Parts: sequence; C-alpha cells; structure tokens
Amino acid sequence: MTVDPTRPTDHNDPIAPIDLSEHPRWLDAFENVRKVYRSLWAVCLLLLVGGEGLLRWAHHRSQQAGDTHHAFAFESWPGFYALFGFIGSVGLVLAAKELRKLLMRAEDYYGD
Amino acid sequence: MGIEQLPPGWLLILGALLIPLLRGRMKAIWLLAVPAAGLVHLVFFVPDGSGMVASMFEYDLVLVRVDSLARVWGTIFHIAAFIAALYALHLKDDVQQVAAFLYAGAAIGAVFAGDWITLFVYWELTAITSVWLVWASGTERAIRAGVRYLIVQVGSGVLLLAGVILHVRQTGSLEFTNLGGVNDAASLLIFVAMGIKAAFPFLHNWLGDAYPEATVTGTVWLSTFTTKLAIYGLARAFPGEALLIPIGAAMTAFPIFFAVIENDLRRVLAYSTNNQLGFMVVGIGIGTAASINGTAAHAFADILFKSLLFMSMGAVLFRTGTCKASELGGLYKSMPWTCAFCIIGAASISAFPLTSGFVSKSIILTEVSNAHFAVVWLLLLFASAGVFHHSGIKIPYFAFFAHDSGIRVKEAPLNMLIAMGIAAAMCIGIGVFPGPLYALLPNQPETYVPYTLPHVVTQLQLLLWAALAFSVLNWYRIYPPELRSTNLDFDWVYRRAGPAVVSACGRLITSVQHAAVTVAQDGLVWAIERVHRHHGPQGLLARTSPTGSLALWVAILLGAVLVLYFT
Repeated sequence: MTVDPTRPTDHNDPIAPIDLSEHPRWLDAFENVRKVYRSLWAVCLLLLVGGEGLLRWAHHRSQQAGDTHHAFAFESWPGFYALFGFIGSVGLVLAAKELRKLLMRAEDYYGD
Repeated sequence: MGIEQLPPGWLLILGALLIPLLRGRMKAIWLLAVPAAGLVHLVFFVPDGSGMVASMFEYDLVLVRVDSLARVWGTIFHIAAFIAALYALHLKDDVQQVAAFLYAGAAIGAVFAGDWITLFVYWELTAITSVWLVWASGTERAIRAGVRYLIVQVGSGVLLLAGVILHVRQTGSLEFTNLGGVNDAASLLIFVAMGIKAAFPFLHNWLGDAYPEATVTGTVWLSTFTTKLAIYGLARAFPGEALLIPIGAAMTAFPIFFAVIENDLRRVLAYSTNNQLGFMVVGIGIGTAASINGTAAHAFADILFKSLLFMSMGAVLFRTGTCKASELGGLYKSMPWTCAFCIIGAASISAFPLTSGFVSKSIILTEVSNAHFAVVWLLLLFASAGVFHHSGIKIPYFAFFAHDSGIRVKEAPLNMLIAMGIAAAMCIGIGVFPGPLYALLPNQPETYVPYTLPHVVTQLQLLLWAALAFSVLNWYRIYPPELRSTNLDFDWVYRRAGPAVVSACGRLITSVQHAAVTVAQDGLVWAIERVHRHHGPQGLLARTSPTGSLALWVAILLGAVLVLYFT
C-alpha cells in the first residue's frame, strides 16, 4: 500500500493500491530511461547536421527557381532554429525558477 | 417560419429547455442530437446574408448575419459542443447540462449577430450561463472564483454596451462591423470589452482563476467559447488594428513563465490558452487577408486541441481526484488511452508536423515574417518553443510519466474516451489534410502550403531541441520541482493589494472620524462648561435678584447722575 493517506477521497473511484505482482514496465528500468535520453540527443544532433544540409539544398534550389525564402537574415544562420529552441527553453526555465522566488506563496494564500 | 430562418444557436438554446424533462437513454440521445442537428442546420440550411430583422424603437436589429467569417466560428462551436456534450454524457447534473447548452447556444448566437445590441445580449448571456459551470464544483473556492468571474464577464458586457451607445450616437449605425481601429471613446470601450474576454495582459486573470475551479466537464465547455468569441469579435471589429500586434505578442510570451512553475495542470492549460490567443490576436493585428485566415484557422485548430487537453486532464481529475503535478505521475500504466490522446493534443498545440497546430499557427508566423516584424516574430518563435515546453511536455510528462506516484485507477469512462478520440482524430486529420479547413476560411482562395521542406525541418529542429533542453534540465535536476503553491499573478492587485488599500483607507477614515468626533465632543463639553459657568445654577448671570434690589440700584444710579450733574 503506497497510497497517500492525505489524498482527497471525494473522487468517484477509489484508488487501488499498487499490485505488487504487477509486471514491471519497460520505462521502469533506469537504463531504459537513459536509452531514451541518449536517443533524443542522437536525434537532435542528426537533425541539426542533416537538417542543415537539407535546408541549404532547399535554399539553393529555391534560389535557382528565383524564390528567396528567408525573410530575416538570421534565419539562415546555421542551426538557428535548433539553438533558438534550446537556449530559449533553458532561459525560460531558469527565468521561471527565479520568478518563483518572487511569486511563490502557500497554496492557501488567498484564504479559500 | 422555415427551418432556414431559425437563427443558428437557437437549436441549442431551445434544446436546453427540454433536457430536465428527459431521462435515461432518451436524454443521452437528445444531448448528442441537438448539437449535431445544429451543425447540419448551419451547414446545409442556413443561407448566407442577413435574416430575422426586428425593429426596436427606430433601430433595426439584425438577429442573423451569415458570412464566411461567422461560418468558421459557427462550425467549430457546434463541433466543440458535440464533443463536450459527449464527454459530459455521464453527468447526472441537469443544472450543468442546461447551463452548458445555453452557453454554447448564446456563443453561437453571438457569432451570427448582425448588430451590436444583439451581440450585447448574447455576450451577457454567455457570462451568466457559463458561471454555473464554475459554481457547480460546489467548493468554497469555486464559488468565490465564480463570483469574480461573473463580475469580470458582466463588466465586459457593460463596457461593450457603453461603447455601443456612444458609437450609435456618433454614427447612427447599429451594424456589428469593422470599426476602423481604436480612434475614439466608443471604439476604445468596445476594444477593452473584447480585450477582457480575450484575456489581454492585465485583463487575463479571470481565465486562470475560474477555469481550473470549474467542474471536470465544465472546463471543457469554458475553454471553447468565451475567449474564442472575443477573438471573433476582434476579427470582425478591429482587423488591422496595429495595437493588437504588441498586445498579442505579449500574450504569447508572458504566460509561459507562469505555466512552467504552475502546479495545477488545468491552470497550466489556462495559461497556454492565453498564449495561443496571443497568436490569434497578432494575426488580427496584422490584418491582411492571409493573417485573418491564419487567425480563423488557428481558432478552429485551438478549440479542438485545447478541448482535447482539458478533456484529458479532466479525465485524470475525474479518476484520481487531483490535477496537481506534484501528486501525479506514472498514470500511463492505468490510463493508457487518455495518455495517448493527451500526447496527440500536446503535439498539436506544439505544432508538430502532421498535427493541426502545424498547418494553422504557421500561417500567422508567415504573415508576421512577410510584414518584417522581426522582434514580434522572434517573440512568437520563443513562445512556440515555450508552449511546447509547458503544454507539450510538462502536461503529459508530469501526469502520465515522471516518477510513479503509485496511483492506480481505472481508465476514463467510455464516453470520455470517445470524445477525446474524436478530438484527437480531428487534430491529426486537419494536420494531414488541411484542405477542408483551408476551404472554410473567410478569405478565398487560401493558397498557403504548410508542408515545405524548410518548414518541416526548421519546426522539428525548434521543437526537438526544446525537448532536449527539458530533458537535459531534468536529467541534471535543474528543472524546478513541482510544488504545491500559489503563484502570484496580476490578480494579486485586486485580490490582495486592492482589499488591503481599501481596508487601509477604511482604517484612515475611521481614525479621522474618531479624531473629529473627539475634537467636536471636547469643544462641545468646553462650550457647555462655559455656558454652565455663567448660566448654571451657580452662574453669575443665572442669579435671581429681587425687584427691590433693581429699584435700589436705579435709585443709586440716578443719585450718582444727580450728584455728578450738579458738581
């Protein structure tokens, strides 16, 4: 029984305790989580390098067709989207973490 | 009166009245048939143009005006009502069922309103019907949040009416149409009224306040109508208003910071609603035919994936009794279908290729890029990565994966699963075959091509590297843990600072009054004492002298005068 006794019980369905005979799932093993994590790194690196090649090829082809694709110069920087996504997200989380110091209050702060 | 003259929305409003009379299977059939019939009615029977003109005093009210812009919203509102009705089919609460149908009917009616007065009536009707979905939770918290919600919503209607009265006095026209920008008091009032419902920055708190307090099914209804009605109003009345571009850009960016640290997953979704509305608002602000199309397409797509996300979190709340990230985790084991549908909704809001967000949001971004608004474009790109972060990853991750919370529940009820399944199928259907959605858009022909090699590659780069950022931060335990907490937002101003200022003013007034009373009392006592001294029983002026002494004094005075006169 690992059910939290403080959990509200006014919901419709009683929470069953974990069945100890329940067979373990693939994701329960830490080495499999690590596999997922490392695969994500691999996919991202591949996408960065391979994607860059594809983009240059597409850009070259559209230029030949007389079409200028990029509206902004920085869009054509190598890896712009990938790095923007990564740095933007890290910045977002770190900023939000700092924001917590300023904004976080007890759950019943407003008294209801 | 032929069926083609029945105003859209009235089927739901009239249908709502029958709900309490029906029981069992008949009721279930009725709840599904009414929105479905409404959709069939709109698509196949209602002609374009104006109908149902009623005279009020010297003004003509146009109860129905059907055009391509209204059809987009009317169509998706009916679809969303059908899905929400299916999701809520198990509910044994007539108040909620009736309120939800009236609410949906009012929102659809508002979309097809041809004049400002009709719009106002429906506008207020959406407020007073939807609040019951918040109150139905029955908790103290929900009742208070509902009252705040109602005050804000009705307040928006009052501002709308004030603006409309000024507008009609100036122009003599009641037609609900393009106001040509915010250029006088009338248009400003209408702009703010719509801005409240569209959750502009500083006017947005009602959304994050009320939606997470509503019932499991109520939030699904709420997430569709009110805010998207406001987007429709803005697209109708203020296309090309440049103010909307910075407002919308701010709306996309700031809620994501709050969403990252918010623990209540339905409140996270409320913040992401705010963020998605921002994209639509920017599209209206740019005001080109293509960007208005982008807004319409994104409103359509958003209603589906936002309903889907709220439904999946509602199912979690329904089964486990909580929606707090700090309590959940590992639910993929016991709610695999809900988990899968949630991931589809999360991918759609994040605009992954082959989902609806990919084919709708990018129209707006392309128009921003064509207009060369570099800063706005970068903000929207940042917000796109951010929404993936908090809605795309955080919602499914903390509810269904993360650490196993030990919660084992049954999978969501069948009606909920089917409702989520329909929404998920539409999210992917639109993403794979955007043609029918594009054909529905107001400005034809819509020639946008979402699937180009650079678009797919750059979008995947942006999203997967954002996912990598989340994973790295989580791997090294830098990611902020989910904590039971309240995060202050702008509503602190009226929930804490406002009451504090008012009570401080109250204390000041009391003490000033007290001092004034004390001074006045002291003065009065002093004055009474003075009077008392002279006129009181011992007072000089109060002595009673006999008449004889007066005669004596007169004689003495006369004697003195006589003596003085002769000396």
